[in-house]
Amino acid sequence: MSFPVALTVNGVERRLELDDPRVTLLDLLRERLDLTGTKKGCDRGQCGACTVILDGRRINSCLALAVSHDGAHVLTIEGVAQGSTLHPVQAAFIANDGFQCGFCTPGQIMSAIGLIEEGQAGDDPERVREGMSGNLCRCGAYAGITEAVIEAQKTMGALNRKQAERKLVA
Amino acid sequence: MNIFDYVRPATAAEAVSAAALPGAAYLAAGTNLVDLMKGGVVRPSRLVDINQLPGLDSIAFNGDGSVRVGALVRNADLAHDTMFAKRFPAIAEALLAGASAQLRNAATVGGNILQRTRCPYFADTAAACNKRVPGAGCDAQGGDTRLHAVLGWSQGCIATHPSDFCVPLVALGAVVEIQGATGARRVKLEDFYCLPGNTPERETMLEPGELILAIHLPAEAAGFAAHARYLKIRERTSYAFAVVSAAAALQLADGRISQARIALGGVALKPWRAHEAEASLAGAPPGADAFRQAAETALAGAKPSGDNSFKIALAKRIVARALALAAAGTPARVPALPASPFAVIAGAAHA
Repeated sequence: MSFPVALTVNGVERRLELDDPRVTLLDLLRERLDLTGTKKGCDRGQCGACTVILDGRRINSCLALAVSHDGAHVLTIEGVAQGSTLHPVQAAFIANDGFQCGFCTPGQIMSAIGLIEEGQAGDDPERVREGMSGNLCRCGAYAGITEAVIEAQKTMGALNRKQAERKLVA
Repeated sequence: MNIFDYVRPATAAEAVSAAALPGAAYLAAGTNLVDLMKGGVVRPSRLVDINQLPGLDSIAFNGDGSVRVGALVRNADLAHDTMFAKRFPAIAEALLAGASAQLRNAATVGGNILQRTRCPYFADTAAACNKRVPGAGCDAQGGDTRLHAVLGWSQGCIATHPSDFCVPLVALGAVVEIQGATGARRVKLEDFYCLPGNTPERETMLEPGELILAIHLPAEAAGFAAHARYLKIRERTSYAFAVVSAAAALQLADGRISQARIALGGVALKPWRAHEAEASLAGAPPGADAFRQAAETALAGAKPSGDNSFKIALAKRIVARALALAAAGTPARVPALPASPFAVIAGAAHA
């Protein structure tokens, strides 16, 4: 039996025929599409290393069965930069030492992008920490991660304002 | 993970029919089910994917003041729905105190109600568990019992129900709407769960193949909005299951309590409504003495199931403190650390 799954991954439409309904979205990205930026940490929804944005929401891709998400839009770490220009969250993680070994970083960045878009945390460090609690960092770079999220949020807010102003002028 | 048959029905009737097969399970987000399947704890022969079913992903505010929440509404969407959170702030706070943002973005209302216990012996297929294999025995007893039940447990099972969301739901009299092969029915959430007794494998009133369509909140539940809180003790600040939790909701009139609602989490195999404690508060002036007395009443039947007598003392304090927080008033915004005892609320006289 085969299971057709069409996904738009980082803006590119991908059509797959899965031979097994057990394939998670995480394994599909890594093993079938060679998008290995999304990491497999615990594979049980506890560590957040596999975080991707699915239809506009950050989720744990290790607990999502791919077959159940036919037609979905997926954004992974490979799709956030614009050419050689880093996404503001990526740039802020570098500027604020938001990582050490880097294994959890793609998940942290995708989660931070989701958190900022959800708009619930603002620049309150306690709300940012709470909002990022689904992403573990065993190197303990949490202080830098929190600062990076707050800084990125300000940058993104400024970018959005500039875009809005440009629209008004045009 | 075992191999399974995967079907994606288009209607609720088709889903119920597809799930009539023994060993079938419904798939919503899968945040609990897929995890358990990876561990070999549950091995469904068929997954009936209900994500495409129409009409299950919306919140309806009815003219009579009642609210229907579809089974596929995501936990995060419900918690952040302004109209819902204004009417039922303790439910929003409980939702935001559960799991992580990623899980709340995926997990559904129906799935939360049906989530399985986090008893480590249930999750360990090398351990004996009467829930997994009826009659196998219970390795939790005499094992690591720190987090196990202190109310309503039996020799067959000492596990607890892990949900935060269901605690204020039970306190506020929520009702489950169920679709079966022969029609629809409604059951109070409080009566929906079974205590373990001699049949720990039977967890809810659901018959095989029955599907949860929605949860209903009665109009009077919104009458507690001004004084409703959820309080949760965890072993770390965020992203952990409750050691003990409590939902408390009050209606105050002329300096006295006219109605009280209390339910506890983490203490039993179901969210535990404390009816007698509620009744003891009717007509009383709100205050530390009345709240302490109500907490004693709520835990009067408690009994440790192992090395967990501390949970009884802890639960009494959590109930009293949740009542004190509720009396002080619902905060305008859910605290930065939802349901946390470390969130400082101005005006709350702590028990």
